[in-house]
Amino acid sequence: MIGEIGHFALILALASALYQFVMPLLGAWKGDQAVMRSATWAAGAQFLLLVIAFSALTWSYVTSDFSVANVFENSHSAKPMLYKITGVWGNHEGSMVLWVLILSAFGAAVGLFGSNLPLSLKARVLAVQGAIGAAFLFFILLTSNPFLRLDPPPVEGNGLNPILQDPALAFHPPFLYAGYVGLSVAFAFAVAALIEGRVDAAWARWVRPWTLAAWMFLTIGVAMGSWWAYYELGWGGFWFWDPVENASFMPWLVATALLHSAIVVERRNALKIWTILLAILAFSLSLVGAFLVRSGVLTSVHAFAVDPARGIFILGILTLFIGGALALFAWRAPALKQGGLFAPVSREGALVVNNLLLAAGAAAVFIGTLYPLALEAITGAKISVGAPYFNMTFGPLMLPLLILVPAGPLLSWKRADAWGVAQRLWVAAVLALAAAVLILVVTRRGPWLAPFGIALGVWLIAGSLTELAERTKFMRGPLVHAWARLKGLPRSSFGMTLAHLGLGVSVIGMVTLTAWRYEQITVMKPGGEVEIAGITVSFLGESPRTGPNFTADTGRFGVRVGDKEVTTLVSEKRIFQPSRQPTTEVGIHPFLTGDLYVVMGDSAPDGGRTVRIYFNPLAPLIWIGAVIMFLGGALSLSDRRFRVGAPRLARRGIAQAAE
Amino acid sequence: MTRKQQRITMIAGGLGLLAAAAGLILYSISDTLVFFYTPSEVAEKSVGPGIRFRLGGLVEKGSLVRGQGTRITFTVTDTDKTLPVTYEGILPDLFREDQSVVAEGKLNAGGVFEADTVLAKHDENYMPREVADALKKKGVWREGEKPEGSVQ
Repeated sequence: MIGEIGHFALILALASALYQFVMPLLGAWKGDQAVMRSATWAAGAQFLLLVIAFSALTWSYVTSDFSVANVFENSHSAKPMLYKITGVWGNHEGSMVLWVLILSAFGAAVGLFGSNLPLSLKARVLAVQGAIGAAFLFFILLTSNPFLRLDPPPVEGNGLNPILQDPALAFHPPFLYAGYVGLSVAFAFAVAALIEGRVDAAWARWVRPWTLAAWMFLTIGVAMGSWWAYYELGWGGFWFWDPVENASFMPWLVATALLHSAIVVERRNALKIWTILLAILAFSLSLVGAFLVRSGVLTSVHAFAVDPARGIFILGILTLFIGGALALFAWRAPALKQGGLFAPVSREGALVVNNLLLAAGAAAVFIGTLYPLALEAITGAKISVGAPYFNMTFGPLMLPLLILVPAGPLLSWKRADAWGVAQRLWVAAVLALAAAVLILVVTRRGPWLAPFGIALGVWLIAGSLTELAERTKFMRGPLVHAWARLKGLPRSSFGMTLAHLGLGVSVIGMVTLTAWRYEQITVMKPGGEVEIAGITVSFLGESPRTGPNFTADTGRFGVRVGDKEVTTLVSEKRIFQPSRQPTTEVGIHPFLTGDLYVVMGDSAPDGGRTVRIYFNPLAPLIWIGAVIMFLGGALSLSDRRFRVGAPRLARRGIAQAAE
Repeated sequence: MTRKQQRITMIAGGLGLLAAAAGLILYSISDTLVFFYTPSEVAEKSVGPGIRFRLGGLVEKGSLVRGQGTRITFTVTDTDKTLPVTYEGILPDLFREDQSVVAEGKLNAGGVFEADTVLAKHDENYMPREVADALKKKGVWREGEKPEGSVQ
């Protein structure tokens, strides 16, 4: 019964999405205000109906209703409750329902918070959102219905892929989807602006918060995926340039570019056409990511059920939206009025360089990801493009970008004094160089480039703080005055500083982990000891254990520094029921200087276990940096100037005050 | 600076960067791409020692030997030709005899494939697509059918 309610809600949601697509466009064309206003109601209705559908599916999972085929295929009554719930989106059909739910949530949010957008713009934005929603609801109902019944119902389900039964991975998809789908708002604004034929500072002010929100979710989603890969896959790396990782990374790169170019539109009324194009591309890459992951053209843990019909359907959606938007762009963009002038050395110029490098980086990742697919389709040759390619292309493209980050915010608009900016950054430069020299003297191992990587991280952190110091005139007068100025700064300015600083923190973590990791693979018998990076790891032995839906061999490892016992680490080999699929749980102890990372491998022929031990210096900084970037975004978003419609409210306030 | 000059500077700069990026991409891709071969293809194409490639096929039954320390040897087969593989380290959880595997590395002078990476499937029901295609071509395995000896 519950399942049928969910199914019915999906169909009604499709109907309301179709209304939301067609009617507001007609209303905006005819200038009918009532019809345009109804778009908000349609968006709200679609959201509520999808909440019902999603709840119905979740209910089927929680109660282990195996008469629903989707629950039977992907759940098991012995699974812990957390994974029963997250199992809803741990499969193709359920994750598509989550996708449209988040899409409709963004649509409803535009309806709710966009009350002072021009009516026709709002109607058109919601119409584009409705079109995307309708396309994906058609896709769900025609090829991936999660509410299909089984008769007779089976007694027990098949279970969820054990490597997905993990807290970080449980929440990785919702964040990532919120990011992917959040970019649809920027896309909808871009298409609506093309239809209206007008892009101005106000438009950019409306688009920025949505893009920022999507970017924040993407940042956390990508970071969570990377963190999961780090501790779950047992290879000790944080990024593998796996096509599926790339699928989430490309929209992030373009969204980052969009975030920066929208500033130029808002402040200087320039770069309009480019910004519109970026907004279209950012969401297009999200769709390409969805296609790559869902169609089965990639081999990966994310390629759930491989079904050619689904791949073709998504390819259709992809062609329709990307092709349609780009055609509209080609037709209407030349009509957009050009904005302000600027010299090559200026804030605008720096943001253009930022955009070019980010776009080139995204293109390098795009080609590395799709070239093997294209080559196989054309010549049949099977190749793989691995980490060396990405390191050789993406690295050199990002290097100048990272070097220029601290300079950007110090440059003035229109025309800037490059030498003056260089002078203001000398403290940061000295700090960075000092860090490089110090590291070079202290470590004496690892690649010679690594100290410069650290210097780059320090440069980013110190450079971001320089901008703050400049704005408060820190050290150039009484501290009280600097403090007063600091308090007076808008939150978005702290947000930018934090985001750039977080980037520096991540860079340091990536460099230390890559350059100075210790690694040891040996066979250990109970009582055996291994020393790594000054830490003694002893194998205490193993014992069997039974979990809720798995059995495990639990290996315990004593960790000592000198004579001091630090902790006991646990690494497990688990066999999950009912699939009998084995997984490995890594034991990690975070020291201040880095992670001790212990993986228990297979039994050796003469007793004992193969054990892989890493010491990953400063590894947590990679994800801490991402969290700092997220917080920077959140701080900016809380800035009053950033809030949708804030200008209008302020004016009303003034008007009231004048009365 | 006039509007025209500004546009020309931007376009020239953009194109310069684009050209540099394109050059970098073309150079890197030809330098780093890795081909995928089955043991039969390795024999046919007479791949020499020292060339990096990916080897795919099934782990031959009874061929897995754990040697000194962490050294592991096994044989990869496509049921026609076979190739011996050595690997140092921990095998993935889903590595089994008679199951599909993809290994990346080089042949040594003695014709043994020295793998530095071994990839197995992500879950029980699923076989790396390259391997499935290669085996299908050999007529060993058909769509919808699990490879022989698969656990379940």
